[in-house]
Amino acid sequence: MAYSTATRQAFADDIATIKEKGLFKEKRFICSPQAAEIEVEYPEGAAREKVLNFCANNYLGFSSHPEVAKAAHAGLDSRGFGMSSVRFICGTQDIHRELQDKVSVFLGMEDTLLFPSCMDANAGVFEAVMGQGDVIIADRLIHASLIDGIRLCSAEYDTFKHMDMKHLRKKLELHQDKRRRLIVTDGVFSMDGDLCPLDELCDLADEFDTMVLVDDSHASGFIGKTGRGVHEHFGVMDRVDLITTTFGKALGGASGGCVSGRSELVELCRQKARPYLFSNSLSPVIVSATIKVIDLLSSSTELRDRLEANTGRFREGMTAAGLNIRPGVTPIVPVMLYNAKLANDMARDMYAEGIYVIGFFFPVVPEGQARIRVQLSAAHENEHIDKCVAAFKRVGEKYGILGLDKKGIIEKYGK
Amino acid sequence: MDEIREAVLEYVIDEYVDEDDDIEVDADTALISSGIVDSFSMVSLKAFLETKYDIKIPDEDATPEAFDTVASIVKIVEKHRN
Repeated sequence: MAYSTATRQAFADDIATIKEKGLFKEKRFICSPQAAEIEVEYPEGAAREKVLNFCANNYLGFSSHPEVAKAAHAGLDSRGFGMSSVRFICGTQDIHRELQDKVSVFLGMEDTLLFPSCMDANAGVFEAVMGQGDVIIADRLIHASLIDGIRLCSAEYDTFKHMDMKHLRKKLELHQDKRRRLIVTDGVFSMDGDLCPLDELCDLADEFDTMVLVDDSHASGFIGKTGRGVHEHFGVMDRVDLITTTFGKALGGASGGCVSGRSELVELCRQKARPYLFSNSLSPVIVSATIKVIDLLSSSTELRDRLEANTGRFREGMTAAGLNIRPGVTPIVPVMLYNAKLANDMARDMYAEGIYVIGFFFPVVPEGQARIRVQLSAAHENEHIDKCVAAFKRVGEKYGILGLDKKGIIEKYGK
Repeated sequence: MDEIREAVLEYVIDEYVDEDDDIEVDADTALISSGIVDSFSMVSLKAFLETKYDIKIPDEDATPEAFDTVASIVKIVEKHRN
């Protein structure tokens, strides 16, 4: 038997090590549709609890939106469940083309190519457009999927300090001898919720004849006055060369992603990107539902406006309650606790209060930067937000951290 | 050796430590296992060493463990300079 007792034990030891380090991911089961209010079985086997969800990427509430669900049903009826093919053999329907065209218009780009996920878009885009003699210069805190994609590409790569434009300038000066340069950044950084200063970044890109790629997964649909993304927020919609984004967060929440940008670059992805060439087409069900999402967002800013209002209400409430949140404007609100155990303990107590949030600590965030990351949704009602703030206030009081700044919390609990 | 240590330390602080990080880095500070330098950024550190000291560090030597402190980085540089 190839899977011997010793082999089994060795793998079991690996799992035990993960547990000893406190990095084991527990199973949590949601027994309802994804929404502001959900039913959760946690720990496994425990009775189901109704809790308010403050940790989903369901920014606009589309995950269970009735019109989106209706469009998904209509897509299932008219185009079937699956394509049983990659795109370029017999996996492209008219609705795939329709969604690509609509995403291009929505993002203000020349062309768009769908991928099974944004993870796949990021895995494929670099190898398709960059090669030997080129350099990719990335922000240090970009998403893991971008890092994986860059590693698959033969171009040289370098990094700059998080959102530090002076450091980026140094790196651009250093790499002037390269054939092509590409700056890579997240639009909104998922752990801190901060916005990349794309206007300054595009100025540098122009000055140093460099292309720009933005992963706008935590922005598409709600950042910017009409929700087009961080490039709209900073008034640089025509100056970004490539955007990768997901349909798995604000734009529906199921799955799927895309590369959108200059037509030649997108065409090269169509010809060369391996996750596009070697994995199945996006299901017609998801394509139909995402078309509806884009249509809804193109006709009204109501949901992104509500999300903005909810974000403001939560941020103000938390600040007034004395919690130490990272300032910002996005619906990603890190409640800074610095100490991993404190983050874990407080998240557990929040669950007991009926609020579903998660503690994040090293290696997901740098050591000494532990936090509870709260994510707002347009689906939250005012009473949900007020209940969450009140729960944080009670739990924060229990741990004696209300009114304490970074120094105060670290003095009390350590890093 | 002291000269290399000072040069590497200066580069690491300038390149990886932000002004508001309140982190003190010396020759024995864990860089990668503590998250100050992520393994992705280690590539630029390796490129810096190769250019500055005109050496080639093979991939088998460029491990996160070997790059974890300024002191261990100095040992790699010394090894390949000789």
